[in-house]
Order: sequence, then structure tokens, then C-alpha cells
Amino acid sequence: MTTITDRRVSVWQNKIHPNVKVAGTGPPLVFLHGAGGLRWDPFLDLLAARHTVYAPEHPGLTEGEEESISHLDNLWDLVLYYYELFDVLGLKSVPVIGHSFGGMMAAELAASNPERVSKLVLMCPIGLWRDDAPIPNWMLITPASDMVKYLVYDPAGPVAQQMFGAPDPEMQIRLIWSMACTGKFVWPIPDKGLKKRIHRIQAPTMVLWGKQDKLVPVRYAEEFGRRIPRSKVEIIDQAGHVFPAEYPERVAGMVEDFLG
Amino acid sequence: MYISTFHLMPHRELPDDFEKRYQSVWVTPPFHELADARRVGQYYNWTLDELIHAAKAGSDGICTNEHHQNAYGFMPNPNVMGSVLARATQDLNCAIVQMGASLPGTQPPIRIAEEYAMLDSISGGRLVAGMPLGTPMDINICYGVTPIEQRERFREAHDLILKAWTSKEVFPWNGKYFQLPMVNIWPRPIQQPHPPIWIPGSGSTSTFDYAASHDHCYCFLSYFGYKSVSRPVRDKYWEVCQQNGRDLNPYRMGFLQLVGVSETDAQAEKDYAKHVEYFYHKGLHVPLEWFGVPGHQDYKSLANAMRNPAMAQNIGSLKEKRYKDFLDDRFVICGSPATVRDQLKELCQTMRVGNLMVLLHMGSMPHELTLKNIDLFFKEVAPALRPMWEDEWENRWWPAGLRRKTLQGAAA
Repeated sequence: MTTITDRRVSVWQNKIHPNVKVAGTGPPLVFLHGAGGLRWDPFLDLLAARHTVYAPEHPGLTEGEEESISHLDNLWDLVLYYYELFDVLGLKSVPVIGHSFGGMMAAELAASNPERVSKLVLMCPIGLWRDDAPIPNWMLITPASDMVKYLVYDPAGPVAQQMFGAPDPEMQIRLIWSMACTGKFVWPIPDKGLKKRIHRIQAPTMVLWGKQDKLVPVRYAEEFGRRIPRSKVEIIDQAGHVFPAEYPERVAGMVEDFLG
Repeated sequence: MYISTFHLMPHRELPDDFEKRYQSVWVTPPFHELADARRVGQYYNWTLDELIHAAKAGSDGICTNEHHQNAYGFMPNPNVMGSVLARATQDLNCAIVQMGASLPGTQPPIRIAEEYAMLDSISGGRLVAGMPLGTPMDINICYGVTPIEQRERFREAHDLILKAWTSKEVFPWNGKYFQLPMVNIWPRPIQQPHPPIWIPGSGSTSTFDYAASHDHCYCFLSYFGYKSVSRPVRDKYWEVCQQNGRDLNPYRMGFLQLVGVSETDAQAEKDYAKHVEYFYHKGLHVPLEWFGVPGHQDYKSLANAMRNPAMAQNIGSLKEKRYKDFLDDRFVICGSPATVRDQLKELCQTMRVGNLMVLLHMGSMPHELTLKNIDLFFKEVAPALRPMWEDEWENRWWPAGLRRKTLQGAAA
């Protein structure tokens, strides 16, 4: 069982104090979570076996820090905020893994200052847009109980049950606020200009996608692969948007192989 | 008591199985399947005629508001309607109550300062300037404004509009959401320093606080009547007013009520039952999640709403209710003139309401029935309500030129 430490740090003129979950030993890597918030799961546990995993909570999501999201106005602020956070954590150049919204942020960090990101793993990131493959706005899914169908390959299976089985009000509050704070940077269409910057990514990149992803269609895997110079694309069959939760061992293995 | 007639300008002829066949009345209903442009032109003209009829029948004010992409009430720009109304009521002491143009969805917001100043000019100083935050469907979904920024945007737009109305100098505006190099709008309002400001809301504490701290009138747009909300809204609102050092002037509070008047209670049921059910079953057929788009509420309001889901339950259970339930729960007040009078008096006393707004056209009501409702209301009901509060308080949130002079001493 991995020991997870909650590390509170102070950034952005001492106005934001995010919690960073830190676990494991070995060379560092950063994990950026998706729009639903950070959940420490078996996938991160497996990565922590050979790496020191730094998993920051998106600004506004740390308990008691809800209002701090108001100090970041736009994507440019958020990118600079992350470089500061890396500085505070002593990470000069580090592998970054991002899932969904976190994948877009990882790509933005790697494109804006290639020196800060040594390797890049993009797990079904948002950030690009094709009119022939529109991404449904996950903040508007109705009824809310349909969310699971967009995210999980088998909406009736154990992963779905574990993630969405027993929603309680406190969980709902966290989920909605998480979508509010991440949505601030992508509302209403998750295309904020990455296509103009993505060619600047220099880090060796692995793009991973669930073949049956119903939120961000697998069509985008090729799109990211084509635009990032040193990239390879891996598609996982019988997998949805939350494929790291669906196949933790396999995905962690692919990431470890890639990081070397 | 000042009484204004509100109109939503809804689609009046949605199919009977609308709520079963379509996902929502807002955002997604297909226009070409459900409406006909010429027929819609008729709805707009009926709406204007009904409001003008109300003004002639003695309504103190007539209200329009802004909504987008829906069949519930589709005046995408209430000022287009307001300008017709201002012109058509030239000879009447009737306020043009714009409830109004949505601040966070209008870019740049000085557009509202300009249009409202035009309305104040055309009407000869009869404008009430409503400043709505806008629903999540309108502002976030249809107009694409980032939910978590909606409130802050509203506040900045409010400050900018007030400065644009009152500044004697050309000024630069360096805001977070709006930057303008040289603001100097034409025209300016007749009413000085500016028209009265009403803030419509649906019960959130932060809006109470905003209205009270700025000394504006707060208008509670309740579709769930006053019984279910009288405690949380009335108590909290007047408490917030006192915390802000405000008096208990009932004209600080506006309240919207659906009303249907007939000769008798039994006739009222015949006249209005199906239209009331149409309003709640079809007109409010909106997925619950869209009222709570992530970020539309700040964290505190979100946590509060999720832990006390009264509003969600109200919306969630609408389709199970019939006319009698809406009547019993006082979502609507329908009946003989005496019934309506008594219940409205009770409402206004309970909530301490000085600016009453009545929705006399509900859902599918045809034009003729609406005219009947207006006539009966202003002939048989309104006169009994008017004296309320008048000898104690002045309606400082009403155009000065239209205030009745019945007050004894309190005007000073």
C-alpha cells in the first residue's frame, strides 16, 4: 500500500494554496487530473511504485481554497501558475501525464515552455476541435445519471459502479465545483488555441486513447499524433474515457515503458 | 402598492405531448417543427396588445424580460418590445418596467445603458431599469458566458452602466471583463441621477445582499408562489436589508405572481386550469441540471443548494401536480375577485411586498381570455390592493413623475 502525503504549497503571490498529493519513490513525474477532480486510484498507485508522483489539485478544488480560483483569469494565467507550482516543488524539467482536461494543460505546458516538460503522456486530452467530431459539453449532460455512459466503456460494469455507484451530496458538490473551476478555462468549447501552439512541443510524447471513448472521440488521437512532432499514438480497445481506471496495470505498464 | 403586469411572450400552442416528445422547452426545442414564423408574429402582437390593454386598464407598470432559444418566453431583446410600449403609452401614467436586458450577456454593457436611456427618453422618464443576472440557460448555454464568471461580470456591467449614465466627463473603463477607451453615451436618461433599478432574482442570498447594499429593489421571480418560499426568502431578505442598514420599506421588494380572475372560483377553474398546467408542465420543462450549470452558483450557494434541495424538489415534482395542487400550494392565485384579492393581500402582507408584478397571461391562454383577466383584475382586484403601504412609505423605486401623492409626511 502506497503512502500518500498531502502537501500544501503556496503560489501566485501567496494567493493560492493548492494541495499536492505526493507518493512513491524514484524519479519525479507530474499527474494532472481531468475535469472531474483528483481521485487517487490504482493507476496512480502503480506509477508510484517506480516514480515519485506529484498530483496537484486544480486551483479551487483544495478544501477551504474554493474562492482561490478567482485569482486566475485565463489559460495564460493558469500556464504560468503551473510553472510556479513546478518551481515550488523543485521540478525543473519533468515528465507530465495529463488526463482529459489535465491532458490539455499538460500539452499547453509543454508547448509554452518546452524546457519544463521532459516527456509527455496525453491520455484522451481535450484542447483540439473538429466540426466533424464535436465533443459533447460534459457540464451540460442531462440527466446527470447519463454521465457514466459518456465516460465508461461498460456503464453497467464494476468500474462504473465504483465511480458512480453511490453518489452523495458531498460528492456531488465536489464534482460540480471541480467542473466549474476547470470549466472556467474551456467554457463553452474546449478549443482555446492549442492548435496554434502545439507544434512547439519538443518532448517525446505518447498519446493514449480508449477506442470507444464517447466523450472525446478517438478521432482526436490521430489529430494530436499528427500535430505533435515526436509522438506515438496507442489505442486501447474496449475502453472508454476513463481507460486508466478500466485497465490500470496495462496503462501504467505502457506509461512506465514509455518513460523508460 | 404598485402593480405591474408582466408578460413572458410564450409559445401558446405547443403540442399536447410536447414534454414527452422533446428534451426541453429551453435551448434545444426545434423551431421549424414547433413554430411558424408568421404565427409567432401574431404572438408578439398579441403580447404587445395585452400589455397596452393592461396599461389602459390601470396597470401601474408593464414588464418585459429577456430569454433566448426557448418556447417558454422568447423576447431575446426586451427593449425592442419596450420601445413599442413606451410609444403606445405616451398618454398614460404607466411605467415601462424592463426586467430586463441581461447584463452579463450583453457586450459591451453600455449597449444597455444606451437602450435604457432611449426608452427613458421616448417614454418621458417612465423607465424602471431592471438588471437581471440571467438564467444559466440563457447566459451560459445560449450566450456562451463562462458560468463561474457570470456574477462578477454582472457586477462590473452594473457599475459601468451607472457610471455611463451619470458621468459628466468622458471616461476610460479599465475593467476585468470590459475595456473601453472613451465612454460618453448618448442619450442620457431623463430621470436623474438615473432611473430606478430593480434586480430580479430567484432567491439566492448573494443577490439579496447585492440589491440591499446598493439600495436597489429586489424582485423575487417566484413560480412557486409565496408559501414555499415565504420563510427562507422573506426572513432572509429583510434580515439582509437590516444588516445593510436599510429601512423596511416594502417597496424594496418586488414579487411576481401568476394570477387568473374569473366571475367565480368554479369559472376560474374552467378558464385557467389547462393554461396553468400548460405553463408548469410545458413552459418549465427544462432539465434540472441546466438550472445548476457548474459555476453558475458560487461555492457557498452550491453547497447550500445541494444540502437543501427545496428548489430542485419544486422543479422536479412539477409534472406530478395538477391545477388543484398549484392552487393549494399557491403557486398560482386563481378564482373569483374576492378570492384573488384576499390571497394577494395575504401574500403582500406575508412577504412585505410593495411592488407586485402579476402574470395575467399564462402559457397557452388565448388573447380574448387574457383581456378578460386583465379587465377583471384591474377593475375588481387592484383597487383593493392599492392602498396597502401608501400612507406609510414612499415607493422610491418608481419613476418620480409617476408616484402617487397620497403619502402623508413620509416623503421627506
